Amino acid sequence: MKFRTFAAFVGPSLALMLVFIAAPLVGVLWQSFHLTQPIFETVEVESCTPSFTGQICTTELKTRPVLDEAGRIVTETTYVGLQSYRNVLEPDRLRQAIASGRWLDILDIDFWAALRFTLTFTLITLPLILLFGLGIALAVNNAVRSIRGPIIFVSLLPFIITPVIGALSIRWLFIGDGIMTAFLEWWLGRDIAMFAQGWTIELLMLFYRVWHVAPFAFVVFYAGLQTVNMDTLESAIIDGASRWERLRYVVIPHLMPLIVFVALIHLMDAYRVFEEIVGFSSQAHVISLQWLTYDFLTPDDAGNRAVSRASASAMLTMIGIVVLLVPLLRRTWRDHRGTRR
Amino acid sequence: MLKRIALAGTISLFATGAWAGCAFENQTPLKMLSAGFAAWKAVSGAMAECGNFEAELDQEFRHKQPAAFDANPALYQIGGVSNGTLVPLLNQGTIRPLDDLVAKHGQHLKPNQLIRIDGQTMAIAMMVNAQHLMYRKDILDDLGIAAPTTYEEVLAAAETIRAAGVVEYPLGGTYKTGWNLAQEFVNMHLGMGGAFVDSENRPTINNEMGLAALEMMKRLAAYMDPEYLVSDSTYVQQQFQQGKIAIANLWASRAGAMDDEGESQVVGKVKMASAPAAVAGRRPASTLWWDGVVLARNMSDDAAEAAFRVAMEGIDREMVEANNDAAVWLIDGFEATPVSRGAIETANNGAVPYPASSAMGLMHTALGNGVSDFLTGAKDAATTLADIEAAYLTAAEEQGLI
Repeated sequence: MKFRTFAAFVGPSLALMLVFIAAPLVGVLWQSFHLTQPIFETVEVESCTPSFTGQICTTELKTRPVLDEAGRIVTETTYVGLQSYRNVLEPDRLRQAIASGRWLDILDIDFWAALRFTLTFTLITLPLILLFGLGIALAVNNAVRSIRGPIIFVSLLPFIITPVIGALSIRWLFIGDGIMTAFLEWWLGRDIAMFAQGWTIELLMLFYRVWHVAPFAFVVFYAGLQTVNMDTLESAIIDGASRWERLRYVVIPHLMPLIVFVALIHLMDAYRVFEEIVGFSSQAHVISLQWLTYDFLTPDDAGNRAVSRASASAMLTMIGIVVLLVPLLRRTWRDHRGTRR
Repeated sequence: MLKRIALAGTISLFATGAWAGCAFENQTPLKMLSAGFAAWKAVSGAMAECGNFEAELDQEFRHKQPAAFDANPALYQIGGVSNGTLVPLLNQGTIRPLDDLVAKHGQHLKPNQLIRIDGQTMAIAMMVNAQHLMYRKDILDDLGIAAPTTYEEVLAAAETIRAAGVVEYPLGGTYKTGWNLAQEFVNMHLGMGGAFVDSENRPTINNEMGLAALEMMKRLAAYMDPEYLVSDSTYVQQQFQQGKIAIANLWASRAGAMDDEGESQVVGKVKMASAPAAVAGRRPASTLWWDGVVLARNMSDDAAEAAFRVAMEGIDREMVEANNDAAVWLIDGFEATPVSRGAIETANNGAVPYPASSAMGLMHTALGNGVSDFLTGAKDAATTLADIEAAYLTAAEEQGLI
């Protein structure tokens, strides 16, 4: 391909990526090393608020930002190095917890508690999704041709639902005396409160994510199953390979690139787990890294937001994803180089 | 969070050229941004009668308002605020002093409706809100319990109710992690006589009063639905309406729903009273909130005058008479009904206004994230308070308050 043609095709997408991905990323990186603060003054202010009998007036010292002539808040931006990262990671408390040998104390620090949940969530859902996806794909592939269409349609449904809505529907099924809780209580003959302790909420989250993402794995694997070499399969049958051996030595090696692909996508997605935290309002028990960033960025009633810490936490999330992906990416790269040779 | 999502659906009221029940015909296009509960629906409906008016009622308004008012010209001319959400607008200086307009078009306003900051009228209050006691009078009467006035009495009543087994859970509470749970701690800590930050913005919660507040919350939680950490105002209201709880400290704005025949199975059985005191003889463990209107600074004087006149039409006597039970109005013409008794008694017993400030915003967030660790048993009370203070200090240093 001529360079001009290549550039004409790639240019627009490259430009968009620069504007919408690279530039914000650089911005976030910059913000995570800087701190923008309003300049405050402390003044005595008399404020009156209503009551029924009259007004309650109080005079107190209030800290308020200084405004310039145009009525804008005067701010100053300073370079703070790794301070925002230290605020998020709290290395002193971490060191203290490790030194004293009380490992559970580490989970008192928001970031590490979030990392704990995010990692277990990611690593538990990954094999389940691969397993269920492959299972459904094999089942559909072996089903009678006439019912394949409806089965594929039904198994894809969970994937079509908007994630937050899906999480909310599961929540409503189980919260308080929801239909499912009522059913479980009737079935097991005991009082059940799914949202009263952390582990049941985590269980619901895992269930929801597997239910939601397995169809994606299924579609990819099903497509891959259509390209399995029939000659190899037939020779395996002639050689006396059992159904399991055919799966183990013919089908799975054939699907391996797709398995790596699904794993890559899922690791990236699951590490950014967020909908489940919001949907199940699990903040009291478990939080995730992405939720932590969101929480830093949400302004409170007084309009404060922790932009620098949010940036630091976002950068740490990105670093986490890269670390998780490295083994898989190395494998893909090796395979790629292998085929080139 | 769920409540926010569920209510985030924005309701817009449009009125084009409607001119009925309004003293003048408005020619200036005006927009208002406010919260979305029943009182604001009533008020924005009355404003719309003047024509050329569009209201955006959005439970997420607090996130939009500071930026929308900072724009020039402002994206909304009229804003609905409470004492909490007034702070960012005051800090940014994006709202207009109203003294000249009050003198011209607002002589009928009662003096306690004028929110004065540093001598200037910055907002016009229309209603007050407070968390106060609601209880099932029929259940308490059957068991021979008087309406509790302190939290120790609430606990004693809960124990009797549990022993009698009349309802599923004796108590309800807005203990949802985040803003709600923090608000409950704020109530209890104030009730114990505590404060949150000192004049240098350093935290002051890690003391006996903070510990007592946490202990009391945990003792109350033992009588609640075990899923109390996800229960917000709507959930508690429904628990009441379905007859599952007998006592709760709930927002006055929810009181009307108890007698809503379309929703409630306990019509006429829920009575209102002052918020209980945390310590006998002290002020009620509750905070007073007001809601009211502000005008944006970034608009012409003519537009401001039109906006003020429209706002006055929204909070006039006719609106109150048509919507008497939608809120505890401060406006002339409001008649106190049994429904509003709880809020009025809470105020008369000396509950203090919510101590809104920049520092308090940070403290509220730190409390919302931290208090649940004590209730779930993940941390002991002293560690919980120390961690909340540490989280607050980090945030306050980052914001430049310390």
